[in-house]
Amino acid sequence: MSSAAVQYLPGKEPHARERRLIFRNVDRVGYDPSIDCYLKDGGYEQLKVALKMEKIAIINEVKAAGLRGRGGAGFPTGVKWGFIPPTNTKPVYLICNADESEPGTFKDRYIMHQDPHQLVEGMAISCFAVGAKLAYIYVREEFPEAAIILEKAIAEAHSKGFLGKNILGSGFDCEIYVHRGAGAYICGEETGLIESLEGKRPYPRIKPPYFPAALGLYMCPTIVNNVESLCHVKHIIQMGGAEYAKMGTPNNTGTRILCVSGDVQKPGYYEVEVGKVTMGEVIDVLCGGLKPGRKLKAIIPGGSSAKVLRADETFKLKDGRELGILDIPMDFDTMAACGTMAGSGGVIIMDDSRSMSWVINNLNNFYAHESCGQCTPCREGSLWMKKISDRIVAGKASPDDVDTLETVANQIEGKTICAFGEACSWPTQSFIKKFRDELKGDCKPELAGRVVNGETAVAAAGLSA
Amino acid sequence: MFTVPPDLEAKMDEVITHYPVSKRSAVLPLLHLVQHHFRFIGEEAVNWVAAKLDLPPIQVLEVVTFYPGFRQTAPGKYHIRVCRTLSCAMAGSYELMESLCKSANIDRSHVDHHHPIAISADGKYSIEFAECLASCGFGPVCMVEDDFYEKVEPAKSADLLAKYQ
Ligand SMILES: Cc1cc2nc3c(=O)[nH]c(=O)nc-3n(C[C@H](O)[C@H](O)[C@H](O)COP(=O)(O)O)c2cc1C
Ligand code: SF4
Ligand code: FES
Repeated sequence: MSSAAVQYLPGKEPHARERRLIFRNVDRVGYDPSIDCYLKDGGYEQLKVALKMEKIAIINEVKAAGLRGRGGAGFPTGVKWGFIPPTNTKPVYLICNADESEPGTFKDRYIMHQDPHQLVEGMAISCFAVGAKLAYIYVREEFPEAAIILEKAIAEAHSKGFLGKNILGSGFDCEIYVHRGAGAYICGEETGLIESLEGKRPYPRIKPPYFPAALGLYMCPTIVNNVESLCHVKHIIQMGGAEYAKMGTPNNTGTRILCVSGDVQKPGYYEVEVGKVTMGEVIDVLCGGLKPGRKLKAIIPGGSSAKVLRADETFKLKDGRELGILDIPMDFDTMAACGTMAGSGGVIIMDDSRSMSWVINNLNNFYAHESCGQCTPCREGSLWMKKISDRIVAGKASPDDVDTLETVANQIEGKTICAFGEACSWPTQSFIKKFRDELKGDCKPELAGRVVNGETAVAAAGLSA
Repeated sequence: MFTVPPDLEAKMDEVITHYPVSKRSAVLPLLHLVQHHFRFIGEEAVNWVAAKLDLPPIQVLEVVTFYPGFRQTAPGKYHIRVCRTLSCAMAGSYELMESLCKSANIDRSHVDHHHPIAISADGKYSIEFAECLASCGFGPVCMVEDDFYEKVEPAKSADLLAKYQ
């Protein structure tokens, strides 16, 4: 590893509270996506180390590290890898989920654009550990540049013997291919992704029995992991699982990239140790506070599917802690204890200039557009939710419609093939639970097309497609 | 008549090798190559891809009709996608859409779920809303063809279009 201090582009320096592990080379002066640059910086050394380890030893390091998936569900990566049936005789596949489509999330993009070899090395190590000789990176269609950069990186790694046949003389063969999606959010759901990779409509499969680790791509054991998760594997090999686990907090280890958008002074990406900063610090310290003269109103803490938090909420936790929303540490477990989720790391901040009717209507338009249509409650319900919330912002609803909206959401959750059902009902359920009076109060013709940005009137209903 | 030039077909043949287990997996990549070259995927293209992969045409058509990224009719010379989702909307993406439509002389009044694309009178530009383009901290965000733009000021939409003549 080069000893010269890492320098960042002016204006893009990491905050002092950040710990740059995965994003070490993002916005770094003089760093480019070529393999030469990566090799100069110690690249592919961890692959060499891993290829000399026992596969089970790698999986055990990942378990000891406590790595939890960064794609949304926070499931322990090492445990997932261990679900491949021990008696399996079929080929095993690895898929990198680079669909990055949960609203509010923008991190995998930068890894692929600026440090693609970190992902390729992480994937090669992971493939070796789970015994996959064939892997795919499923990149969303709207990242055309990422697809080109990744293909170049894979070709470079091939030419240096880090991919292909008999990698570095280990006897291990591995190929990675880039597969591009075509603009559908549901392809981020792992079984929908697999169907899509099989050349079909991305209709999610029901679990059980179709847990990918047992019955995945081509009905073979398949490990699906997020881009960021797979990059962490490289660092776990470098540091050792136990040392890695010292970052972050117990059961919420390592670093993670928070993507902050909305009403703060400095929106952007911040890589921090999990649980070592609070929500309040995210806003005030990392993001430079709210906009002048504004008050906090609401936060969506983990991608648009996470339940909204209201500024004045407080939580009494089982372990005795009493937290206001600004005291919540950015980890998986406390977030869940507060009734929401850390999800994909996408934090959306809303100040008192925002209409909650307008916000939930925007999200309901998203979910109605993205439902795959397989399950009746989700297909019909997401459209109903959109129509009712369209009516609310158009000033054509009655206060009772808010209760109807809630009833519709309640009839989707838990009654569908995939977790999109929850993803689309949680926003509506939580916005109504926490902002019922505001939503009901908005059901008046004179409030139609109301001001949402402080200065701009937005015809949300009329323009949405 | 729909003909695929030899160099494009050679690219397709190479892509098919990425899927040693099932040729059907190459449906999306082949459709991308078709759309990139012809700008849209018509009925003849569907039949051609189906024949190429030994599939019944319906297994290609059902893919084309599901994914928002595939088009069955030609867009404008330059196709624009504006992010519609929450963070960008908060940053002014609806205003950006309005301003781009005005600058490009596009009427979006007939747009609906099944016909999301509107084309300018002169055929030079087409536009549609896209859902979250994964750059939410730097909205409003849009794409013109494969080029990506962040923090696009609605008032400067004409400057953006001027780059695409
Ligand atoms: C509706 C829906 C959308 C999802 N979108 C994404 C996505 O864009 N990227 C992602 O990595 N995971 C996404 N996931 C989660 C994946 O299903 C899967 O859990 C994840 O890729 C596993 O990787 P991890 O364990 O490394 O997090 C989504 C899940 C659902 C239900
Ligand atoms: S829950 Fe919705 S997105 Fe998921 S399979 Fe059912 S219809 Fe499709
Ligand atoms: S909301 Fe526009 S990029 Fe995410």
